[in-house]
Order: sequence, then structure tokens, then C-alpha cells
Amino acid sequence: MRRYLRVLGLFWSTAIAAEMEYRVNFVLAALSSVGNFIGSLFSLFLFYRTGYTFQGWSWEEALVVLGIFTLLQGFSSTFLVPNLNRIVRQVQEGTLDFVLLKPISSQFWLSTRSVSPWGIPDLLFGFVMIGYAGIRLDIGIRDYFVSAIPLLFGIVSLYSLWFMLGATSIWFVKIYNVTEVLRGLLEAGRFPIVAYPTAYRFFFTFVIPVAFLTTVPAEAMLGRGEVSWVLGAGVLALGLLFASVGFWRFALRFYTSASS
Amino acid sequence: MKGIVRKARVLLSVYYAQMVEYRAELVLWVLSGSLPLILMGIWMEAAQGGRFGLTPVVFSRYFLTVFFVRQLSTVWVIWEFEKEVVEGKLSAKLLQPLDPVWHHVAAHLSERVARLPFSLLLVVLFFILYPQAFWLPSWSGFLLFVPAVAIAFALRFLIQYTFAMFAFWIERAAAIEQFWFLLYLFLSGMVAPLELFPDNVREVVLWTPFPYLIHFPAALLVGLPVDLGRGFLAMLGWFLVFFVGNRWLWRRGLKRYSGMGA
Repeated sequence: MRRYLRVLGLFWSTAIAAEMEYRVNFVLAALSSVGNFIGSLFSLFLFYRTGYTFQGWSWEEALVVLGIFTLLQGFSSTFLVPNLNRIVRQVQEGTLDFVLLKPISSQFWLSTRSVSPWGIPDLLFGFVMIGYAGIRLDIGIRDYFVSAIPLLFGIVSLYSLWFMLGATSIWFVKIYNVTEVLRGLLEAGRFPIVAYPTAYRFFFTFVIPVAFLTTVPAEAMLGRGEVSWVLGAGVLALGLLFASVGFWRFALRFYTSASS
Repeated sequence: MKGIVRKARVLLSVYYAQMVEYRAELVLWVLSGSLPLILMGIWMEAAQGGRFGLTPVVFSRYFLTVFFVRQLSTVWVIWEFEKEVVEGKLSAKLLQPLDPVWHHVAAHLSERVARLPFSLLLVVLFFILYPQAFWLPSWSGFLLFVPAVAIAFALRFLIQYTFAMFAFWIERAAAIEQFWFLLYLFLSGMVAPLELFPDNVREVVLWTPFPYLIHFPAALLVGLPVDLGRGFLAMLGWFLVFFVGNRWLWRRGLKRYSGMGA
């Protein structure tokens, strides 16, 4: 365990040092986050400006969902994008061999090797949105902590889904866009799940579990979460995590390296 | 003239062959453009109350068309060009008696042809699942849609290719495109038809190139009222602006270019 933590420290300090070479890019990333922030607010505003409300969600409550969505966006561009999209390249170039030879878990190596500071502005804006809505709605400290539980489950589910899709590159080699499909579908999390027609709701709860990523944590934060949904999120997260570990082991049996 | 036709034929057939090689990938790219279909659901639900002035069926047609327009006008030239500059692969292409841009144009055009069957299949599937939304666009609408969407693609390509020129100066030009894409996403009519924007916002947005890339062709096909003259003139105007900028940057950039092996 301690060895893993030390390795993690090394990974991240080198990754950040490498990213710091591109300072102009950090400015552009920050600008993009501002643009994304304004644009997200604008598209939500288009619904609310005529007095329409998503069933049972006031403007501030919908902002909480959007805030959690922005947090997840920041999280994935910090931790998931730099690592999981690289699995594809490792397979393509045959450098996965070197990873497999290392005396630590290859899934750990692949999932944590890199970290990118570009997602930090998004994380910041996510907190701003939630904080603003929280003040307007009088959300207490306790509620924030309560919602951290399903949020954590959501993050675990998101990671596992993404990792499994990345792992399919063992068979398909060139699949950068599988993760793009996932990202496209996750966009649905911008809005509370009740805003969708029934068929969509079913799809985004049971097929692609978008509802568990943003709506369930938001409801917990607003103090109207139901234990059964949080439990569901937990079961889903653990199930997907174990599935991702199992799937990776299974996939590796089919890996024939490119260099040997 | 005959030489040009021959070159075009060769380029197109080569790139077409390359595109159909990755058919599974193409399907995934088609699917990754599913955002309009997601928004369709949420707007149709919202329109039930009738507060937005458009019926749910109009929303479904609009977003389906947006989906289709996006399939026809996606562009990725900046990522390719950036790679060529950074890795020095541009040098080899500069030796050919042909502006390197035509390679990219041919790749994009042939990808369009390879992608079309899949996008059409999805459209048909949509109408089978939701037959109420089916409609036949008017002849005039259709005849205006075709040039509008072609120009929209050309304009989007030209804009992105102009940003690609910055690869000569900064290493990661794609970051510019990522910022521009946000404006495109929120202002082009992809998240909502322009008709729903507040009036003053819409007035400003109509001066930018964004609505003509998505909303204008989509509105023509669906039959929403649009200002035809203004639409085509705005497209032409922005095309000229970016064309001049592009050529200027290209010439300055080539002087700066010192890729590997150049």
C-alpha cells in the first residue's frame, strides 16, 4: 500500500512538471472553462427564462445538478482523460509490454500514471455553482457530506465504465472514439433526469447510468435523497469496479504485443 | 484542367479506400455526435407545456436535422495539420506540386461519403421509432438546404484550417479550436433553436459565423422562417474574411516552418 502511494507521488509530480511546460495551454484551458461555464448557464437559462421548470426542480436546484456535472467534467479531464485515452496508444504502439512487466498492478499503473492540471478550472467553477446555489437554498454542511457519498460512488462508476471501454482497445486497437461516445452520452447529466421523456429516463438510468452520476448526488445534497437510490449507486459502483478489474484480467489474456 | 480532375479523382479514391477500412470507427464517430438527440428529448419534454412557441414535433425534426447537419460538417483538420507540423511530415507534402490542403479536403470529403450510409440509417431508424416526426421537406427548402449545408461545411473547414496555421507558432493549436468549439456549441443553435434565444442575444449572434454552421441549414430543411439573403451573404462574408486570413498566415507560417527534415 505504502509503495503504491509513493509511486503515485512520483507519477503525479513528474506529470505536473511536464504539463507546466505548456503554460499558454493552461491559460487556454482556463478560458475554455469560463466559456463552458457561461454556455452551460446560458443553455439552462433558455429553459427557465419563460417560466418553465423541470418537474420539481427550481432554478437553483437545477444549478446544483449542473454544478455536479461540471465537477465531474473537471475530474475526468484531470484524472481520466490523460490516462485512459492513453491505453489505446499503449496498445497501438506495443508499449503496454513495459507496463505489464512492472512489479505493480497494471490497472493501477494505467489509471494513475498521469494527471493534468487542466481540469482544475472546471472543478473550481463546479464548486462555485454548487456554493452559490447552496447559499440560496440554505444547504447545510451535513447535506454536503451526505451527498459526498453518492458522488464518490458516481466517480467510481464513471472511472470503471471509462476504463472498461479503454480496455476494449486490446481487441479493437484504434478506438479513441469509444470514449468519445461515452462522453457524448454523459452530456445528458447536465440536467436532472426528470427533465427527459420516459424512454430517455429508462435509458439514462439502467443502460448508461447517467442518473447516478449527477441527479442522485444532487438529490442527496438537497436533502430529498432516498436511501434506496444511494444504495443503488453504491451497488452499481462496486459492481462496475469489480467488473473493470475482472474485465482487464480477461482482456490481457488476448493481448499479443506488437513488439515481440 | 484535365490534370486537376485526375488529381482530384486519385486523391478522393485513395482517401475513400482508407476511410472504409475503419468502418467500425466510423460508426462510433457517428454515435459520438449524439448530443442533439439527447437535447431533443429534453426539449420535447419541455415543449409539452407549449410555452416555447414550437411544438414537440418541430423540436424533434429540428434536432434530427441538427444531428444530420453535424454529421455532414464535422471537421478535424486541425489535429492532423498540427501533427504534420510538429512531426515534420509536412515537409514531404510541400515537395509535391499541390497545395497540402487538398489532401485534407479529399480526406474529409471521402469520409463524408463513407459516413453517409450510417447517418442515414440512423435517421431512418429514428423515423421508424417515432413516425409522428416524419416529414417531407418542401422542394424549395431541400434545394436551398443542399448548398447551405455544403457552404456550412466549407466554412467550418476553412475556419478550422485557419486556426491550424497557428501550429507554426505554438505547438498545440488544437487548444484554440477547443475554445472556439464551445462558442460553436452554444451559439450555433445546437443546444436550442435560435428562435428560443432572447431577442437581443439573437441579434448579436446572427452577426457571428456560428448560426450559419448549424441553425441556418437546419431551419431551411425543417421550414422555420429564416432570412435567406442575410444567411447566404453572411456565410460568404465570413468565408472571405477567413480565406484572406488563412492565406496570409500560411505564407508567414511557411517562412517560420522548420520541421524535422526541413
